Amino acid sequence: MRNIAFSSAGKMNLSGTLRSFLFRYGLGLALLLAWQLAAMHAESIFFPTPWQILLRAADLWLSGPPQHLFLADGVFADILPSLGRLLLGWSAAIAIGITFGILIGRSRIFSDLLDPSLQFLRAIPGPALIPIFIILLGTETTMRVTLIAFGSVWPVLLNTIEGVRTVDPLQLDTARAFRLPPLARLTRVILPAATPKIFAGIRVSLSLAIILMVVSELVASTNGIGYRILTSQIMLLLTEMWSAILLLAALGLTLNAMLERIERSVLRWHRGARQRTES
Amino acid sequence: MSAAPESTKAPAGSHQRKLTFSPVIAHRLATFFRIFAGALLFFLAAELLTWLEFVPSTYLPRASTVALRVVELLYDLPFLLNVAHTLGAWALGLFIATLITIPFGILIGTSVPAYRAIMPIVEFMRPIPSVALIPLAILLWGQSLTSKVILVAYATAWPILYNTIYGVHDVDPITTQTARCFGLNRLAILRRVTLPSAAPLMFTGIRVSASMGLIVIVGIELLAGANNGIGSYILFASSTGGHMDSVLASAAIAGLFGLIINVIFGVIERRAFAWRLLGVASR
Repeated sequence: MRNIAFSSAGKMNLSGTLRSFLFRYGLGLALLLAWQLAAMHAESIFFPTPWQILLRAADLWLSGPPQHLFLADGVFADILPSLGRLLLGWSAAIAIGITFGILIGRSRIFSDLLDPSLQFLRAIPGPALIPIFIILLGTETTMRVTLIAFGSVWPVLLNTIEGVRTVDPLQLDTARAFRLPPLARLTRVILPAATPKIFAGIRVSLSLAIILMVVSELVASTNGIGYRILTSQIMLLLTEMWSAILLLAALGLTLNAMLERIERSVLRWHRGARQRTES
Repeated sequence: MSAAPESTKAPAGSHQRKLTFSPVIAHRLATFFRIFAGALLFFLAAELLTWLEFVPSTYLPRASTVALRVVELLYDLPFLLNVAHTLGAWALGLFIATLITIPFGILIGTSVPAYRAIMPIVEFMRPIPSVALIPLAILLWGQSLTSKVILVAYATAWPILYNTIYGVHDVDPITTQTARCFGLNRLAILRRVTLPSAAPLMFTGIRVSASMGLIVIVGIELLAGANNGIGSYILFASSTGGHMDSVLASAAIAGLFGLIINVIFGVIERRAFAWRLLGVASR
């Protein structure tokens, strides 16, 4: 809040824009420069310079022919499989989490009874189940998507249950007094009230899903960004490994930013009450 | 509030007192019953599903077999040493991360220029999945305790840092200004106003980090083929003849420890920051 007031108060002339840009990204650029100089000075094979990493990344993913929009084969071998599995597993987790969350959360007894088991299942570290998943589902896409979905469903599910359970009773009574049919009560009262909590769960589940995507690709895989990291480590292609790590960072950043934008537009009405459900 | 009718009833005679529990005990009993019934239900459902053998029981052992194995493993000293190793590395990593990030976060959060300059970097670094650094860590430090601790510290640092910065930055300006009007100096404002109001969010960061760190450490042990730890035990059990009951049992034990950690953090949070929930709707 204070920040917005701060920046819009200043005149928006060129030097002002430049200064605010430097203020915002100056330290990042300085650190990047320091990294470049330190890596050039150290000449260690473990730490290539950022410039080399960038060149290698461009070579891996953006050196294709114009008819492929300059996307190189690496995009189809690394990025698309990873992204596809991530989105599939994550959206399955969101769909399952919200659906079952509503079903369980609507019944007090049901949610009371299931809570301990759900808490326990959530606490199981996803990677610990990889051997089981491999035996049950093989080493193909199904296994990876299931692992991502299993690992990232819990925050959505538990937050939906909690969100649905803690709807203001006054609102529910009002809806009942106005004789809203059950479906309308669900879509117009319960779901909107639970949305902030659900989104908080979705945000946590995204970072879990990315972790599990990488973990699943480090085991018995044939493609994906994680696989690229693993093979380049084995072959000691360290520049390539670094560029894949930075690619993951960029991927996480983009997805986070997109989610934030969606959340902001969905929760526009909620901004006033936002502070109360921060936890 | 609800203790009032209790005390008025008391002189009516010991006969009646025996029948009415105090509300606290009744609540505890209800919670205990709920947990017990829920766990039993879960176990029976799992047993039924595995008993029907949609997949052969060598692949997916019966729930009762796994439960027996859990009990066996809890008496197994070498396994317990693995657990201790994992939990030790996890705790050390989390501790280091907390120790480094909280002062740093307070520093960034209290100064507006630092906040505006450093926040974009934090936003960029935060989504890098720590597991992507496993191969790098193995190259640099081998399959050692150092690798594990550093990776766990890296993974757990971000939620703590992020929440600390936000908590400190979002302190109500009116409160700090009021404190300044009363003549408190910067250090006193930090200690009396900023830290108490940011503490709940900081603690939330630590709690989120704790469970994330557990996922990361098991992942590292499993992927890096570490010499000890729950993850390496799971790897060993699955690769030597596929002892799926051991795999599931140790995963369940990891889950149990995760659950215990969660519960402990939750209790601390509720006890320490009970005042904060007063203003929030219901829980």
